[in-house]
Amino acid sequence: MSHETPNLARELSNMTREVPAGTAVPPLHAWKPRALYIHIPFCTNKCFYCDFNSYVAEGQPIDAYLDALEREMERTVAAIPPERIETVFVGGGTPTVLNPAQMARFLASVRRHFPLAPDAEYTMEANPGTTDPAKLDAMREGGVNRISFGAQTFDNGLLKTIGRIHEADDVVRSVANAKAAGFANLSIDLMFGLPNQKLHHLQDSVSRALELDLPHYSLYSLKVEENTLFHRLYERGELPLPEEEEEIAMYEHLIERLTGAGYGHYEISNFARPGRESRHNTVYWRNEPYYGLGAGAHGYALGRRHMNIKGVLPYIGAAQERLPRLETLEVSPEEAKEDFMMVGLRLLSGVRGADFRNQFGPGERLGERFEAPLARLTEQNLLERTPDGEGYRLTRQGVMLGNEVFGAFLS
Amino acid sequence: MADLPVPQSHIRNFCIIAHIDHGKSTLADRILEYTGALSSREMQEQVLDSMDLERERGITIKLQAVRLQYKADDGETYTLHLIDTPGHVDFTYEVSRSLAACEGALLVVDAAQGIEAQTLANVYLALDNDLEILPVINKIDLPSAEPERVKQEVEDVIGLDASDAVLASAKNGIGIKDILEQAVKKIPSPQGDRNKPLKALIFDSHYDAYKGVVCYIRVIDGTIKPGSKIKFMGTGAQFDVVEVGTFRPRATSVDELGPGDVGYVTASIKNVKDTRVGDTITDAKNPTAEPLPGYRRINPMVFCGLYPIESTDYNDLREALEKLELNDASLRFEPETSQALGFGFRCGFLGMLHMEIIQERIEREFNIPLITTAPSVVYKVTLTNGQTLDISNPSEYPEQGKIEQVEEPYVKASVIVPNDYVGAIMELCQGKRGEFVDMQYLDANRVTLKYEIPLAEIVYDFFDQLKSSTKGYASFDYELSGYRASNLVKMDILLNGEKVDALSFIVHRDRAYQRGRVICEKLKDLIPRQMFEVPIQAAVGQKIISRETIKAMRKNVLAKCYGGDITRKRKLLEKQKEGKKRMKQVGSVEVPQEAFMAVLKLDDD
Repeated sequence: MSHETPNLARELSNMTREVPAGTAVPPLHAWKPRALYIHIPFCTNKCFYCDFNSYVAEGQPIDAYLDALEREMERTVAAIPPERIETVFVGGGTPTVLNPAQMARFLASVRRHFPLAPDAEYTMEANPGTTDPAKLDAMREGGVNRISFGAQTFDNGLLKTIGRIHEADDVVRSVANAKAAGFANLSIDLMFGLPNQKLHHLQDSVSRALELDLPHYSLYSLKVEENTLFHRLYERGELPLPEEEEEIAMYEHLIERLTGAGYGHYEISNFARPGRESRHNTVYWRNEPYYGLGAGAHGYALGRRHMNIKGVLPYIGAAQERLPRLETLEVSPEEAKEDFMMVGLRLLSGVRGADFRNQFGPGERLGERFEAPLARLTEQNLLERTPDGEGYRLTRQGVMLGNEVFGAFLS
Repeated sequence: MADLPVPQSHIRNFCIIAHIDHGKSTLADRILEYTGALSSREMQEQVLDSMDLERERGITIKLQAVRLQYKADDGETYTLHLIDTPGHVDFTYEVSRSLAACEGALLVVDAAQGIEAQTLANVYLALDNDLEILPVINKIDLPSAEPERVKQEVEDVIGLDASDAVLASAKNGIGIKDILEQAVKKIPSPQGDRNKPLKALIFDSHYDAYKGVVCYIRVIDGTIKPGSKIKFMGTGAQFDVVEVGTFRPRATSVDELGPGDVGYVTASIKNVKDTRVGDTITDAKNPTAEPLPGYRRINPMVFCGLYPIESTDYNDLREALEKLELNDASLRFEPETSQALGFGFRCGFLGMLHMEIIQERIEREFNIPLITTAPSVVYKVTLTNGQTLDISNPSEYPEQGKIEQVEEPYVKASVIVPNDYVGAIMELCQGKRGEFVDMQYLDANRVTLKYEIPLAEIVYDFFDQLKSSTKGYASFDYELSGYRASNLVKMDILLNGEKVDALSFIVHRDRAYQRGRVICEKLKDLIPRQMFEVPIQAAVGQKIISRETIKAMRKNVLAKCYGGDITRKRKLLEKQKEGKKRMKQVGSVEVPQEAFMAVLKLDDD
C-alpha cells in the first residue's frame, strides 16, 4: 500500500480549500458529513422513464465494482475522516440485484470504513421481486433497517406501459417478506402522471398502498427526461400523458388520501407517520453535507460538490488510481445560501432562521439576505411565516408552484 | 503609393441597378476580379456586400465605391469607379444617392426572370438623373434563359435601345469584358473644372474609431488634398483634411482627389452630427457660390418604438442610433416614454425591411436586446377645434370625440406577376382595402397590376401574403401617393385590466372586430401563464370588442427524486429564470418580447 501514500497526500492537499484572504468560510463548509450515499448502478432492466445512472446487470463486473467501491471508501475516509454516520442510503439502480454473498460483502465493507451511529437510519432501495428471504437476511445482518420499494403503481397494465417487470402482487409479497424478515421501517414509491393513467387508476393504487399500512410513502410525478424511451416517444407525439388538470387532480387526491390516513405531508413528494420521515433525504433538504460514493454519485463536503464518473468500467478504472471524480465544484457561501432556500423550502416545515445562522454564522439573517424575494413570494401567497415566526414555509398554493418559489432565490 | 492625377477624359463613374437575386453582387465581384483589383484567390465571396447582415440576407444595404484600372481595347488605361447600390424598395433613397455620383448605370436583368417592379423604379430614377444606361442580360447560361424575350421586354417596358445589350453570365465570367468596353465607350467622362473652387458631394459616410468620420465623396469641381481647409456647406462646420484616398477595394490614401474622382476624405471629425450625407464640401477660404442640390431628405413612412429590455441600456441605445444615423440619413429617432416599456425612442424608417435591419444591427453590432413595438404609419388628424396633428404613435391618438377627421397615407403599389396569379393578387389587394387602378400585360405571360392601397395595410403583412399567395413569383414596388380621409379607430389592449400603451394600434373601423379578436388570441398564445388569471381585452374607446383569458398557472413543481443531485435541480431552476429575463414586466404581467410585435404577424383567418 505504500505506493498509494503520495496519491493520498495529493488528494488531501486537493481537499484543502484555497480560500482568498478575508473570505470567511461558513461553518457549514467545515462540517463533517454525517450522511452517506452509495450508488449501485445495476438493474435487471431499464424502465422507460428512467434517466438515472443505471445499467442492465447481466454481464456487468459487479464484483469488480464492489472492489472499486471499497477503494473509493478507503480514499474517502482518508481524505475526510468521518466522525459519526447517522444515515446511510444505498440507491441505484437496484441495489438488491446483488446476490446474498455480494450483499454481505458490500455491507461489511461499508461498516469497516464508516463508523455508524447505533441508531443510524440505513436505507436500501429495492425493486419488488428482487428480495428473497436469504437476501433480506443478508441485508438485515449487514445493518440495513429501512427498505424503499419502487412499487410505482398497482395497475399491471400501467406497470407494463412504463417498463417495469414486476406485477402488483409482487409488491404485496415483497412487503410481506420484508416484514417477516423483521423490517418495520418500509416505504414505497408511487408514480402519477403516467401515460394513459386516469384518476381512478391512482385512486385504486393509493387504496392498495394504504392497505399495506407502511410508515412512509413517496409520490413522484413522471417527468419525461432526455435519453429515455419516453422522451423519444414524446418527441414523436406518441406519449399520451394526462392533461395538466388531470395531473393536478391526481396530486391533490394523493395529498388528501395520505394526510386523511394520518400521514404527514412533510416534503413535496413525501409522506410519513410522525417520526418516520426519511432522515437521510432530510439531510439533502436541510442543505447539510453528505458523502457520495459509487458511479455517478453526488457528494457535498467541505464546501465542494462532486459528481463521480458515471460509466461502470471507467469508474472501476479510476478508483484504482484516485478519487473517481468527474467534476468537483466549489460552492461559494452565497451560492450555499441560495441552495439552503432552494432545497429547504421543499420541506413543508420550511426553513428556519436558526438553521441559517448555524450554517452561515451567527450574524447571518435569513430575512435580510432574501428580503426582496421573501416579501414578493409572501405577497403572492406562495410563502408564509412559520407559526413560531422564525422562518418561512410554502403555502398550499406554494406547494403546487414550488419551482416559482425555489427559482426566486437564485441570483 | 503615389498616384498621378488621372485625366478626366479617362474616368468613368457608374453603378449597377438590379433586382435582388439578379446577380448584381456577383457581377461586381467579376468586374473587380477582371480588372485585377483583387485576384480570385484574395477574393472573398462578394466583396462589396461587407456587412454580415447583407451577406446573410443576400442584399446590399449600404453603398460602397471601388476604384478600378482597366486597359481598354483602344490601348488606353481607364479609371473606373463602381458604386454599388441597394436593390430593395425601402432603399430607393440610397439608390438616388449613388446615382448622383455617377454618369452611367449598368441595368442588370435576369435572362430567365425578366424585369421586376423594383428594377423599373430604379431605372426611372436613373433616367431622371440623365444617366447613360447599359442593359446587361445576365444568367444567359441558365436552361430557362430567354435573352431575346428579355431584350424585347427592356425595349417595350422601359423604352431603351437593347440591341447592344451585353449577354452575360456573371457567375461564369461571360461578357465581363464587353461590359467594361461599353462602359468606356458609352458612359460620358465626368465634366468639371479643377481650377474652380472645390465642390464635392458627400454620398455616404461611416464612423471609424481611429480616423473619425470617413466621408465618401464625389468631386465635381476643384481638388481636395491633405491640409486643405474645408467647409461643409449645409452644417457650416470647418475642418482640416487629414487624408484623402480611394477604395481599391481597400482604402488607399492618395495625394489628391480631382474632378470626377470618387473616394474618401477624413478630417478628424469626431462629432457625427457635423457631417450630413448629401451635403456639399467646399474650400473654406475660397468657397463655391452654389452648393449641389443634395438629396431630398425623404420622410420616414413607418414608425415604431425601440426600447431596451434592460433600462440601463438606454444611453447605449441612443449612441447606437446616433452612429447608425451617420450614414443613414433616412433614420429618424426621438426619445419617447411608454408606461409599459419605460424610456426608449420612437424611430422612423423607410419601410419594414429598413426597420428590421436597424433593429437587427442594434442587437448584433451593439449588443443591446430590444423590444420593438408594432410599426405605425403617420396619420393626419384634424381635431374638432381645427387643430391638425401628425400622429405616428398610436398611444398619442386623440379621443374619438375630439376628432373631426383622420387621413391615412396611401401608396401606389405596382405588382409584376405571372398572369396565373392575377386573381390571387386582386383578392389580396382588395382584402387590403386596395383600389384597382390599372392592369397591363408586359408580355404574353406577365402582368403589371396597379392598386392604391393604404400604407398601413402594406406595413401589416402584405409582403408575407404576397409571397405566399404567388409562391414568390411576384415583385412589388410602391410609392407614396397621398393622404385620404378614412374611418379609423384606435384599438387598445388591456392586460389584467390595465391598458398597455405599447400595444395600441390604429385600425379601420370595419376591421376592428376581427383584428381585435385575432390579436387577443395571439397574445393568449404568446404570454405564458402567470400565477394568476390574466384577462386580455381589446377595446375601442370604452367598448370591449374581444376578450381572452390566460388561465392561471396552477402547477409548476418537480415532484421528483433527484437525491443528492442539487446541481441538476439548480440548473433546471436557472433555465426557468433565464426565460423570465427575456420578458418585460408590464404592470403585474410578464410579457415576452415577441408579444409587442404580435399585432403585426397576424393571419386574418
